[in-house]
Amino acid sequence: MAGYNNTNITPPRWLLAELTYACPLQCPYCSNPLDYAKYKTELSTDDWKRVFSQARQLGAVQLGLSGGEPLTRQDLPELVKHARDLGYYTNLITSGYGMDEAKIMQLKDAGLDHIQVSIQASSQELNDHIAGTASFEHKKQVAHLVKKHGYPMVLCVVIHRENIHQMPEILAMAEELGADYLELANTQYYGWAHTNRDLLLPTKEQFAEAEAIAQAFKEKVAGKMKIYYVVPDFYEDRPKACMNGWGTTFLTIAPDGVALPCHSARELPGLDCPNVNDDSIADIWYESKAFNFFRGYEWMQEPCRSCDEKEKDFGGCRCQAYLLTGDMHNTDPVCSKSPKHEVITQAINSAKATALAADEKPLLFRNSKNSKAFY
Amino acid sequence: MTINPDQPISFSRLHRLQWEEAQQKHVILYPEGMVELNQSSAAILQMCDGTRKLAEIVSDLENQFAATGLHNDISAFLEVALSNGWIQQH
Repeated sequence: MAGYNNTNITPPRWLLAELTYACPLQCPYCSNPLDYAKYKTELSTDDWKRVFSQARQLGAVQLGLSGGEPLTRQDLPELVKHARDLGYYTNLITSGYGMDEAKIMQLKDAGLDHIQVSIQASSQELNDHIAGTASFEHKKQVAHLVKKHGYPMVLCVVIHRENIHQMPEILAMAEELGADYLELANTQYYGWAHTNRDLLLPTKEQFAEAEAIAQAFKEKVAGKMKIYYVVPDFYEDRPKACMNGWGTTFLTIAPDGVALPCHSARELPGLDCPNVNDDSIADIWYESKAFNFFRGYEWMQEPCRSCDEKEKDFGGCRCQAYLLTGDMHNTDPVCSKSPKHEVITQAINSAKATALAADEKPLLFRNSKNSKAFY
Repeated sequence: MTINPDQPISFSRLHRLQWEEAQQKHVILYPEGMVELNQSSAAILQMCDGTRKLAEIVSDLENQFAATGLHNDISAFLEVALSNGWIQQH
């Protein structure tokens, strides 16, 4: 990039635009920050257009329109059109709540490439309980409409202890709805999911059983449906290569304009994350303290620093290291080489004990009232 | 999966083939993913417009690149493309 000296920095490819924190659903594993309700300002239509243009110029090509629930933004078709005109592949990541056929057609005309609909479970009762809103039948209807209007249809189901036993029914539902892609996303324990972990984390046996069922299904539908399986990293030996490496590929913009190297990075201390109201995307990506913080390998401590796998997983996830060990520079404790690996074992045992306890505490749902307890 | 020589080949409506200026290459875009293409792969896929059959794609590319004997390479790549869902026949 002309004007920027560090030629080791790769340009962004993925822009995740969290258009709003507003959402009619209350999923207890939401990846939005616990204190989301304190961020009241949202970027304007023109701000978002400027962000899309600047990031596209650097080389971003995949655009995720997310939230919160992005359908709550009245300017969504206008933003989609601007993004599509710039050449982005535009992904709408929605609960389906607030979607109708007229909107689906309007977005198609604006150039939207794909709609990902999330469903919380394979039964109405459990879906509506987890979502905190009666939404199951409507979501299924939206999935049909997405197909009818020629979009690739991606069904996303977040997997946790309350719905993991429904794996066979979830797969049957995806087939019945004609999903082109099925994302089986084992819960990642950040934000609200971290708070509710004792109630959400399945046992290793539950994971193994569900994974075997999903694997057999994957072979059965090969050529018709693609399965994205997001691994449950608590039961892995090595951490995930989080974000494909810090500041290499992914750029998230939060509703208030704060630019983040990953959508959870807002929780990390001392990064001084920049804001698109103050700086250009090029300055943010190449020059800001936050985006350079964990680039490369110099920041690493042992055992990562001398590890021959560091170029494969980049030491894992910084947010997980911070949440579980208190130091964001540490090796992701998921790694069996981590000296703090016992925190994972403790988390697994604690969840198991909670599942067996007679007086299970209730889930903390993601809503503004509950959010206010965190700031 | 094998290519049916009697049916025209079209690019998938669930994917998008696009030139990326920043990367100086063609890419295939699909939900939350991207495949980077080399020059010959991109040239083959650009021929998949729903009118040409395998033999026509081969002869047109042989003309375009002033080459002969491309049939096996093109056919092998199209089979990969078909199994990845990038192209379709029907």
